[in-house]
Amino acid sequence: MSAAPPDTREVILEARELTREFDGVKALDRFSFKLHRGEVLGLLGANGAGKTTAMNCMLGLTLPTGGDLFAFGLPLHQHRIKILQRSNFSSAYTALPGNLLVRQNLIVFARIYGVKEPKKKIAELMELLEISHLGDRVTGQLSAGESTRVNLVKSFLNDPELLMLDEPTASLDPDIADKVRKVVRKVQRERNIGILYTSHNMRDIEEVCDRVIFLHKGKIVCEGTPTDIVAQSSSANLEDVFIKIARDGEVIEEPAKQP
Amino acid sequence: MNFHTISALVLRYLFLYTRTPMRLVELVFWPVVDLVVWGNVTVFIQRNTNVAFGNEILFLLGAMILWDILFRAQQGVAISFLEDVWTRNLLNVFVAPVRTTEYVSATFIVGMMRITVTAVVLSLISWFGYAFNVFQLEWWLIPFFANLMFFGWSLGMISTALILRWGQAAESLAWAIPFFFQPVVAVFYPVQDMPAWSQPIAWCFPPTYIFEGMRDVMKTGTMNWNYLWMSAGLNVVYLALAGALFLWILNLTRKRGLLTKFATQ
Repeated sequence: MSAAPPDTREVILEARELTREFDGVKALDRFSFKLHRGEVLGLLGANGAGKTTAMNCMLGLTLPTGGDLFAFGLPLHQHRIKILQRSNFSSAYTALPGNLLVRQNLIVFARIYGVKEPKKKIAELMELLEISHLGDRVTGQLSAGESTRVNLVKSFLNDPELLMLDEPTASLDPDIADKVRKVVRKVQRERNIGILYTSHNMRDIEEVCDRVIFLHKGKIVCEGTPTDIVAQSSSANLEDVFIKIARDGEVIEEPAKQP
Repeated sequence: MNFHTISALVLRYLFLYTRTPMRLVELVFWPVVDLVVWGNVTVFIQRNTNVAFGNEILFLLGAMILWDILFRAQQGVAISFLEDVWTRNLLNVFVAPVRTTEYVSATFIVGMMRITVTAVVLSLISWFGYAFNVFQLEWWLIPFFANLMFFGWSLGMISTALILRWGQAAESLAWAIPFFFQPVVAVFYPVQDMPAWSQPIAWCFPPTYIFEGMRDVMKTGTMNWNYLWMSAGLNVVYLALAGALFLWILNLTRKRGLLTKFATQ
């Protein structure tokens, strides 16, 4: 594989030799990567590959047992609040409190993030995600697609420079998933956001991610643009690559690393 | 600490009360039931004993109201935390720029609000229903309330720390923990009438001094200042210990990766 030219954009998230053990089992094993400003990096792998653990470490929910994490050049655990003010997160597996109205939830988070003119900001984002009509609905009564889009509104509230999206299109129908992908890409390009993106949906990855990292048993097994990875693994598509890695643990003899 | 963050978290809890008025009923229902039971017991004793003791026994109502202050303060902290667990909101809060001190402060404020609502309702019912005026304690009420509230906050932080460590399996502790202390802090009886072995234990806890002080004020109209200083001093120690325990367990849950379990429970 020919080495890609070095990315000169600012590194906004970096893991160095990140390791996380649970009862002697390494969920992450000396995992290193860099995410640049304006880049969408997909983190892929089968269940248990280490994606969620990696994201939890980056969110400060789980402390690594080894290695270092930096965001915006700052050590993550010493500057957690400062970093979280410039970041945001959305997951298909977390929800905003179901017993409040959508608008109430968003107001609370807008205030937490110190958003100026929160009502205006919320209205703009709800319009962008085509959910302006949901403001007075009870959050717990929303459909999966509506709930995902409300979560995305929350994650865009503070104009994050770094966004972590954990399977944002999980359980969405193809139409809504397509809309979500397009909005994420639009906002990402307009605001030059760096996004760390996990998904089991290879269509998502091909459409949204500039670069992907495949994890297997906590280790990187291949890395590159979706097109390059498919070409170098002699696979028909990214889904084939995924299946090969999930079953055999490797797909390319010599994993390519970004300089 | 960022006061906007604290006010946002408090707002989130207030929204809960406006969305579900039943929560307001819960705030008032059990204290009123307790008050009616203790009020009727007091009336019964007054009618079947001598006049002097009959007047003295009114301290039962004062004790019940003050105990509720402590209990509500503890609940304010523990239940606010549980609300975030129940609604799977805890991860959203922990991945937002919210300091632990800001989160805990918001639960303290919610506790104060809960206390205010309950105390006003109980004071009115005890006054009109049982001719017991809690304001006969005059200005002493302020340090009494404050010290009981501080101890309630300490217990709230301990309850929250245990739930963090053991998950929702430990949820019942949110209600049970204050009642572990109730028998030994001389709420409804003087320390001198407790078994001799338990008296030194009683003096280890701040509320004991407050309940003893309350009985003194009601009986003699004067307050032993040492009670207040001891209670305040012990509260500083308990708040520091409970805060340290909470932070230690929070850090431990991060180290062990247990925090994420609250997203899916």
